[in-house]
Amino acid sequence: MTVSYLNKTVAADAGQTMTMARKRVTDLSSQGEPFLWALGGALAFGCIMIVGFLVMVLWNGLSTFYPKSIAAVTLTNGEVIAGEPSRVERYKLAPDIAEQLPPKARAMVAADDGFALRTLYRTGNFDLYGDDFRWVPEHNVAKREYPNGLYFAERVEWGVFIGRIQGFEAGGAKKEAGNFAESEMRAAHAEARDRFHRIRNIEKDEIGSINHYLNKERLGLRGIELRNGIASPEYAAANEKFNARAQELQIRYDELAAEAKALRAEDAAQRVYLADIGGREKVLPLSTIVRLYAANDIGFFQKIGVYLSRWAEFLTEEPREANTEGGVLPAIFGTFAMTVLLVVAVAPFGVITALYLREYAKQGRTVAIVRVAVNNLAGVPSIVYGVFGLGFFAYILGGRIDRLFFSENLPNPTFGTGGLLWASLTLALLTVPVVIVATEEALAAVPRSMREGSLACGASKWQTITRIVLPRAMPGIMTGIILAMARGAGEVAPLMLVGVVKLAPELPVDGFFPFIHLERSFMHLGFHIFDVGFQSRNSEAGKPMVFVTTMLLICLIAAMNLAAIVIRNRMKRKFKGSQF
Amino acid sequence: MTSASTPANGGTIYHVKKGDRGTILDIAEFCLWYGAAQALFGVEMVVERGLVTALIGPSGCGKSTLLRSLNRMNDLIDGMTISGNVTLDNNNIYDPRADVIALRKRMGMVFQKPNPFPMSIFENVIYPLRVDGVRNKRLLEETAERSLKSAALWDEAKDRLHQSALGLSGGQQQRLCIARAIAGDPEVLLMDEPCSALDPISTARVEELIDELSGQYTIIIVTHNMQQAARVSDNTAFMYLGKLIEYGDTDEIFTNPKSRQTQDYVTGRFG
Repeated sequence: MTVSYLNKTVAADAGQTMTMARKRVTDLSSQGEPFLWALGGALAFGCIMIVGFLVMVLWNGLSTFYPKSIAAVTLTNGEVIAGEPSRVERYKLAPDIAEQLPPKARAMVAADDGFALRTLYRTGNFDLYGDDFRWVPEHNVAKREYPNGLYFAERVEWGVFIGRIQGFEAGGAKKEAGNFAESEMRAAHAEARDRFHRIRNIEKDEIGSINHYLNKERLGLRGIELRNGIASPEYAAANEKFNARAQELQIRYDELAAEAKALRAEDAAQRVYLADIGGREKVLPLSTIVRLYAANDIGFFQKIGVYLSRWAEFLTEEPREANTEGGVLPAIFGTFAMTVLLVVAVAPFGVITALYLREYAKQGRTVAIVRVAVNNLAGVPSIVYGVFGLGFFAYILGGRIDRLFFSENLPNPTFGTGGLLWASLTLALLTVPVVIVATEEALAAVPRSMREGSLACGASKWQTITRIVLPRAMPGIMTGIILAMARGAGEVAPLMLVGVVKLAPELPVDGFFPFIHLERSFMHLGFHIFDVGFQSRNSEAGKPMVFVTTMLLICLIAAMNLAAIVIRNRMKRKFKGSQF
Repeated sequence: MTSASTPANGGTIYHVKKGDRGTILDIAEFCLWYGAAQALFGVEMVVERGLVTALIGPSGCGKSTLLRSLNRMNDLIDGMTISGNVTLDNNNIYDPRADVIALRKRMGMVFQKPNPFPMSIFENVIYPLRVDGVRNKRLLEETAERSLKSAALWDEAKDRLHQSALGLSGGQQQRLCIARAIAGDPEVLLMDEPCSALDPISTARVEELIDELSGQYTIIIVTHNMQQAARVSDNTAFMYLGKLIEYGDTDEIFTNPKSRQTQDYVTGRFG
């Protein structure tokens, strides 16, 4: 039937061509030209957005730490403020406010359709003004200059101080401004900072380690109490030992505390006298100033010096000032450690699952359902994984581990709360579908001839898989792992539930046995961005930090992906020149 | 499982040249289905030990299927069912308790397209020994040298043993696959159109090789090329549409075929 139908059409066509011989035209839509333009346009739009985003992040991130000049602005009402101009904005004045302006300013506003320009100045001095930033409308400005002698001082507390130095006190003698060289003060400052670090070292590390040992002894004693009972002779013996050891530690503690106290007294004697532009004085211990520079006096190379020292602090120090200042080392470390653990967990799990699904499972309805389920897992909102991780990993699994191995520490949880391990495992669950799908595809792409060649040599199925199939599929599997890593490293929402905190006092790695503490909560760059941008006292102050941290997170993820891609390409090279 | 369309010994004409060492394989009433489609119809044939047996016939006649049934390579295909027996030295290879891996160790196989593994030449050759867990370095090296010499690849490959096998030419790769097949010291060598992807010079070398290896191994070769079958084989089996039409002395098949279909095929009237 089909044949006769076809024959008829052919015959009809032939008849038509012979009789009419019409010219066939190709209309615009079938030429495809407009679609080509649309496709190209869509791609170009996407590229422009990505490039624009990267340029914005890079520009803001790279320029944040460069010292700006400090403007001293005299307002029309006689008030003088000093600050770094941070941005200019055009805004609409409320009509009643515009009414009350002096005539000259009113004319300016009227000429601009009721709009006016205003500049945001970073004035610092939060302790004096109650705010870090201040908007100044341009029509209120009487005079703006950049005078010498204005200092920008980054402090340990209260943010920056912008003002002049009245004098400094070292060794019991106060020196007024003008009576000392800048280098003299710098030397005193460096000395004070050294002492400051020494005090912190004593209080945090040395006294910290005493506390650690004391706690360990106490937990040991508690363990004996739980095992043998408080009335047992073992407990009595252990208690005696504990008391002796505690006394020993107490003596050491007293020594350190005395040392710290002496240093603190020395520290308090070294002070700096500051005054804001309006003349309000502020006396501070020299050691509480992190960095000090005369913004309008220094030249390009000194500015570069400040820029680099800020970067060094950012990359190697802990945060201060509710994360809006200082460094992000714990967050870098946390992100890195979590991603590495994530890969360690997700790679074997995903690959083994895919191997079974593809190579061993009988391809039927059950496997099809499992595949659909795996693909659907990739679409579950990540916060749901966070809830699951908290409930299953932290509370159920971690609670069980605590009862079995850390009972002496209860009711304080050890593994029974969010931590690095649980966060990594939660993200591993989140990203395992990616690895499974990629691995299955990579396994399916291994040529049949390879498997047959191996089997014909008398290899078992398992030998064929481990010796031939897996090595051949490895680049594809690596692609899956890279995708999983990229997804996992950028995820924040579930982490908030399973172990990421605003400020982690201790890194997950330290000098105490077992050196790697997977149960500890940690900091994460992604969460840091959220925290600094939206949870801090002053989001304006945190804004530059948001960009720098974003840039750093992008760079970190890019670097880790790059490393994985290099490894994958090395593997791929092995298969180059193959024709199957 | 035998259906009505497969009469026992479906009219095959035999005039087999006997070897002096008896038979090695006995295929009896062998039928094979891929799902519902039957590919082999009651094949009955014995393979003489130490001789070269060629399987010829037009595309889709089941010669590759028959060859791959001998080392149970068809097991990999879903929905494959068989009936009948294949015995190797009086052991039924389709016995449910038969050890497939041991069977494949006795039967080396060379495929249509060269399929070297993405490893060094050395590792490719000794793969059967690696699979057996051999660690003795001297034994591995000796085997590699012996196999490569047998496959006439030693002179070309001896200076690049530890370079990737994928850098070899197609003909060299196929000889490497032959070396790999004989490294495991099999009794039977199954060759599935080993020259179809090769140029004439490489083909000539592989044919020489088959000649040298015959006697030492029992060789069963599937080929599309009738001249090749005539050149290298002692016995030839002609298959058509899944049936064994004629099986006998190669000279007879090509000069004086007993079956009309065989005659039409070897004289080039169809196929």
